[in-house]
Amino acid sequence: MTRFAALTLVVLGLAVLLVPPIVQLDQHLVDLSQAGLPPSPAHPLGTDEVGRDVLLRCVYGLRVSFMVGLVAALVSMIIGGTVGLVAGSLGGLPDRLLMRCVDGFSSLPHLLLGIFIVAMFAPSPYAVIVSVGVTHWTTAARIVRSEVLSLRERPFVEAAISAGASRRRLLTRHLLPHLLPHLLLAMVLMVPHAIWHETALSFLGLGLPPHLASLGNMINDGQRSLLAGDWWSSLAPGLFILAPTLAVSVLAQRGRDRLNPRMRSELAL
Amino acid sequence: MIKVIAWRAAFALPLLVGVTAGMFALAQASPFDPVRQYLGDRAMVTDPAVVEQIRANWGLDRPFLEQYATWLGNLVTGDLGESRSFHRPVAEIVAERLPWTLMATSGAIVLMLAGSLVAGTLAAWRKGSLLDRVITGGAFANESVPVFWLALLSIYVFALKLGWLPAGGLSDASSSTLEPLDVAHHLVLPVVVLAISQSSWLVLYVRESVIGTLREDYVIGARARGLRERTVLVRHALRSALLPFLTILGARVPELVTGAILVETVFSWPGVASTSVQAALAVDFPLLAVLTLMGTIAVVAGNLLADLAYRVADPRTRTVAV
Repeated sequence: MTRFAALTLVVLGLAVLLVPPIVQLDQHLVDLSQAGLPPSPAHPLGTDEVGRDVLLRCVYGLRVSFMVGLVAALVSMIIGGTVGLVAGSLGGLPDRLLMRCVDGFSSLPHLLLGIFIVAMFAPSPYAVIVSVGVTHWTTAARIVRSEVLSLRERPFVEAAISAGASRRRLLTRHLLPHLLPHLLLAMVLMVPHAIWHETALSFLGLGLPPHLASLGNMINDGQRSLLAGDWWSSLAPGLFILAPTLAVSVLAQRGRDRLNPRMRSELAL
Repeated sequence: MIKVIAWRAAFALPLLVGVTAGMFALAQASPFDPVRQYLGDRAMVTDPAVVEQIRANWGLDRPFLEQYATWLGNLVTGDLGESRSFHRPVAEIVAERLPWTLMATSGAIVLMLAGSLVAGTLAAWRKGSLLDRVITGGAFANESVPVFWLALLSIYVFALKLGWLPAGGLSDASSSTLEPLDVAHHLVLPVVVLAISQSSWLVLYVRESVIGTLREDYVIGARARGLRERTVLVRHALRSALLPFLTILGARVPELVTGAILVETVFSWPGVASTSVQAALAVDFPLLAVLTLMGTIAVVAGNLLADLAYRVADPRTRTVAV
């Protein structure tokens, strides 16, 4: 299962990286004589209502969704990491105030807030990135804060302080190297979630502009064909959301079991 | 107990005020001009004096803080404002559509609870069996399935291919009145899809929890006394495994709100959740702001309930300082 998940991610990653530069096919090529074809050897996932190849568009769509998801996850890590670092290292009243904010933010309905943010600005990748980043930084803030709290008590930090290390040196040379792996892991787990958000917003017509082939836009476009009986043009992009998300969560589950076997869940896959 | 409620409510109030302030600031920073949005194509031919008159009527020419104070004051006194895309009072729209959302979501919650309890307990009872693998694997995979995609899939299978259920809407297109049976028929797919999309965590949770209690001494004791397997499972194991789960339910309201927005939109269900999407597409600030605030209130109330249920269910937490 773990191998299969890893393989899925590698294949999808290679497809996203290599297909656009190597395969010289135009994803925007409209060919009405080929419209609405079911899956066949020439078009493995069929064609959409204006004759574009669905598989090719899915790969391009995953590329767009992945980029937006990655940047959104990065934004939320930067916001959350900063808040967590400040809260954890200052302690006292600032810490309590900041953590109350984190509690407040994390108890908001994310999609609804995201919809509000996107609605107030024109549909664009930036609006989506901001709306996902602003609503999802709280996990990173919690992780970083708790890590900083435990690091502060470690002997090497005490030693650095007693040797007269400045606040800045302490931060860059002692705290950050320990925080980065945690942040990276949190970010990897955040990317599928951010992709989900992007696709949900795009599906509602509130995400990326319609000319960008994102997975959510494709499912939205495919809705009409679906009602006419063409299942492939809206269901195929869904598989491209499902596969990487599932693969990442399988790997995360395995990783968690390996990191702390005592907490190993009863979930046997 | 009252002190806890008061403390929690005191924490919720600044949060709600913060949300309204944030929304208002965002609307202020928005590049959209609400008057142009309202006029649409007519903006080109409307007399500038009329445009200015609308702006003045809506109070948009006032300073930002004054607008916010007026809006907040009206909200507190029960005046929710006028929707700019529906051209009707927001309160009227909410009153008309909220019951449909409550109907769909409460149906989904009931179905989700019943289904997850059965599936989770069965999986725990036959741990490691094929049945368990199918249930846990399905629940685990289901967590990664986008709900709008699942909804489309269900429309394709049950509405288009099998023709058992309608693809969307509230009632049959040919009928002019709402027949309870017809509405129930239209309710099936949205409720089932919403319930399935929300149930993965609960199935996995019930399973782990029952597996945990099945190892407890009193369960082994009950088995040793020769009680029937069903009695042991339901009366002993499941009962104590359920204690914490009611509290987790309250904390799941955000996911429920998200699910309701997507499911209602796919199935053209005329509830408040899908209305928020329509309001967003029309950049209808008064309506969207009220709906966003309602969603937030639902989440805050859910958290509060979860907290209280926890204190009621587990006496040990009562002495812990808030």
